[in-house]
Amino acid sequence: MLAYIIRRILQSVLVMLVVALVSFALFRFVGDPINSMVGQEATIADREALREQLGLNDPFLSQFATFIGRAVQGDFGISYRLQQPVMELILSRLPATLELALVSGLLAFAFGVGFGVYTALKRNGWLSNTIMTVSLIGVSLPTFLIGVLLIWVFAVELQWLPSFGRGDTVELGSWTTGLLTASGRASLVLPAITLGLYQMTLIMRLVRAEMLEVLRTDYIKFARARGLSNRAVHFGHALKNTMVPVITITGLQLGSIIAFAIITETVFQWPGVGALFINSVRFVDVPVMAAYLMLIALVFVIINLIVDLLYYVVDPRLRVDRAATRH
Amino acid sequence: MTEPLLSVRNLRVEFPTRRGILTAIDDVSFDIMPGEVLGVVGESGAGKSLTGAAIIGLLEPPGRIAGGEILLKGQRIDNLDAEAMRKIRGKRIGMVFQDPLTSLNPLYTVAQQLIETIRTHADISEAEARTRAVALLDRVGIPAAARRIDDYPHHFSGGMRQRVVIALALCAEPELVIADEPTTALDVSVQSQIIDLIKEICAERGAAVMLITHDMGVIAETADRVAVLYAGRLAEIGPVREVITAAEHPYTAGLMGSIPTLTQDNARLVQIPGAMPRLNAIPQGCAFNPRCERAFDRCFKDRPDPIDRGDGRKVACWLYDAAVAAGKEKVNV
Amino acid sequence: MNRLARMWDSDIAWSFRHSPVAIVATVVALIIIMGAVLAPWIAPYNPFDSASLNLMDGFTPPGVPNQFTGNSYLMGTDNQGRDIFSTILYGARISLFVGFAAVVFSMVLGIGLGLLAGWRGGWVDSLLMRIADVQLSFPSILIALLIFGVARGFIPPSMREEVAIWVLIVSIGLSDWVQYARVVRGAAMVEKSKEYVQAARVIGVHPTRIVLRHILPNVMGPVLVIATIGLALAIIAEATLSFLGVGVPPTQPSLGTLIRIGQQYLFSGEWWIILFPSIALLLLALSVNLLGDWLRDALNPRLR
Repeated sequence: MLAYIIRRILQSVLVMLVVALVSFALFRFVGDPINSMVGQEATIADREALREQLGLNDPFLSQFATFIGRAVQGDFGISYRLQQPVMELILSRLPATLELALVSGLLAFAFGVGFGVYTALKRNGWLSNTIMTVSLIGVSLPTFLIGVLLIWVFAVELQWLPSFGRGDTVELGSWTTGLLTASGRASLVLPAITLGLYQMTLIMRLVRAEMLEVLRTDYIKFARARGLSNRAVHFGHALKNTMVPVITITGLQLGSIIAFAIITETVFQWPGVGALFINSVRFVDVPVMAAYLMLIALVFVIINLIVDLLYYVVDPRLRVDRAATRH
Repeated sequence: MTEPLLSVRNLRVEFPTRRGILTAIDDVSFDIMPGEVLGVVGESGAGKSLTGAAIIGLLEPPGRIAGGEILLKGQRIDNLDAEAMRKIRGKRIGMVFQDPLTSLNPLYTVAQQLIETIRTHADISEAEARTRAVALLDRVGIPAAARRIDDYPHHFSGGMRQRVVIALALCAEPELVIADEPTTALDVSVQSQIIDLIKEICAERGAAVMLITHDMGVIAETADRVAVLYAGRLAEIGPVREVITAAEHPYTAGLMGSIPTLTQDNARLVQIPGAMPRLNAIPQGCAFNPRCERAFDRCFKDRPDPIDRGDGRKVACWLYDAAVAAGKEKVNV
Repeated sequence: MNRLARMWDSDIAWSFRHSPVAIVATVVALIIIMGAVLAPWIAPYNPFDSASLNLMDGFTPPGVPNQFTGNSYLMGTDNQGRDIFSTILYGARISLFVGFAAVVFSMVLGIGLGLLAGWRGGWVDSLLMRIADVQLSFPSILIALLIFGVARGFIPPSMREEVAIWVLIVSIGLSDWVQYARVVRGAAMVEKSKEYVQAARVIGVHPTRIVLRHILPNVMGPVLVIATIGLALAIIAEATLSFLGVGVPPTQPSLGTLIRIGQQYLFSGEWWIILFPSIALLLLALSVNLLGDWLRDALNPRLR
């Protein structure tokens, strides 16, 4: 098992290096950093001096090495647009995004699994068909449209919930949370639903498909032939076997939630890293783009690693070493 | 005369499809006595597995029991509600399936699956259930049962897995065990061991066995009586010895002739020409008439009901209806 | 005529005629597509012509004559005086153009790379599949955004508006080629090992001919399904990017841009700016998606 972990970690490091390379290429070659940093009046001599100072004339590899060295320490330079250290910007806005992602992820998972199991067990009821139809619409609606329509109905017409921002937040050390205030929680509702709806429909369809497959297997038939109760068969056996692939795929989705947050944050003016990224694309603020790219890659790689390990824990068939020592 | 343990009377199983209703089992009747081994034999598609599924109440929709009765110790079980049927499964009727690899849930240990089943049908503690489980595992021939009971199914070889399956099917002490092709998926070297195990362990517990298979050899060695199914209908039923050595139904005779034996003189094995008809193309009259060398005019018009030949033997063939046979005109096929 | 009759009788056609969902979806999609294609002829106004816009016409509710100019509009006007109905038609035009072009781009790229990977095998295959795997694990919107951002960095601001549509097509197209590649690669590998292909190679038939004549026809079915669903995804992607402000230029608004404008005026009550474009987008995406779903089920051999 140890060998497996080490191998996976090495793979992850490799992926990160590749992403770093892409990031660095972005950083270095897209647009002209010098132009973005100095005003129009700077002389050519000044620019050359700045070039030299920033090490932009050094060989590629050494620049790359410096880049990596700085990146590992969290130094991504200064945002062209906001004139602040990129890392600071990202860190200050990360809690907003993470909170949103986690809440919507949990909602998506809970409802997705719930609806998925229900529509698998009660295949032909009217409620099942309704849920399936709504899910189809959910997949066809772009996220931003869901957000805008939710705002219209609940914030403008019904005036039940706020239409933008995070509400009041509380600082806990370096983290700011909106969960501890009423307005914070209220502000979380619509964005979380917007962000989570697409994920929920995906999870729901996945759970339903998997469960239907599992219910057709021989071991379920045998379990029934042994007189096990419906609850034991459906939830003890079928559900457990369904969850194994579901958990892995859901875990992988978590990463994409963070990326989809870009849209939701724009719709709701949520002060997270997604909104930061969009603005950086609009204004070609390369340091922020590069840093965001590395950050997302890191998140994906870590999540993939955790999911792989989780798979190992949950599915006994993968624990090969133990079997090899038997008969 | 002892009461039969299981009584299947005029069973009819149908499958409604888009193109009409298919009758997969058509008016089949037989009894199983307590403790006996009844072999149910026939080609693929003859309806053997469906009969087993119908008895234990696990017919897959859209298949359904459309007629007849199934009685367990005199009580009807084909019309019970879901919960009542569930209590019968495992406790009074057990079932062993063909493929041990897919019959066991890969995510649970053998211990968990055994204990769960035992405690579903008996109100005992987990420790007590575990003791019983270990003893049972030992009885079915798993070495070092106390240790291996905590292994997962994929840690066992094919034959061992089927032993676990047998243990699971028997752990609630059923009176009837339906074994649906229990050795087909196993290595030849292991097949006879498993068949012997089933026979012994059921005899010990006084449980009857309905042994479903297409392998006449297994039937010859293991069963007390045998029922031959053809195209969803009962062709012949009787004590094994007699049916094998003196088959009466032309189909059964054909089956016997096609088994290679060491003492047979024939240069070639006898083969029944043609193939069993599909469910939606069963001929009028006797289902076997297209392939039967001895068919005559009546065979093409009316379907023969099983005719009592005495000593528990029945044949569904016009040849044995005295009145009919007297006036028959042979029709060459 | 005989060929048409045979097509009408085929399995797919039967399945289509008996599926109300497929028929309705196709009709709706066709209406919108027709409207978009014929926009320059049937739209009452040309919303892309900035010179013809009159700010005083702005914020006119649907059907009500404008208090300043007296003009009335079927679906009202937006903040710049653009007729919403016309803008929907022209906007759908852009959305569909970008969508189709992006799908064609993905298809060509994906099929090309897939054939290369499947046919050549070896390290070419491994490399391409690695890249595909990595790209698949990132959401396509992110990739599209990234490519867009990079392209922007390379293009001087003066040219940005003109090439915006092409950059959009390329970025959406690049983000979605993987599925085509996978399907085609699989088919290529299967066919490659078949005897008739090996025989052809021995005779000296050029690989391109083998590929085109034997492999491509086999994959057309699944590729069509992927393309249909891909079209819906591309339309949604374009709408999203336009909504985010990084899609079509502001002088050529698409449905996404209209919704973006509409959101700004939600609270002040100009509901028509957002409602009609939303419905149009929803109908378009939904109908294409339903078609793709139906096509997939119809072509799935297991379900027959």
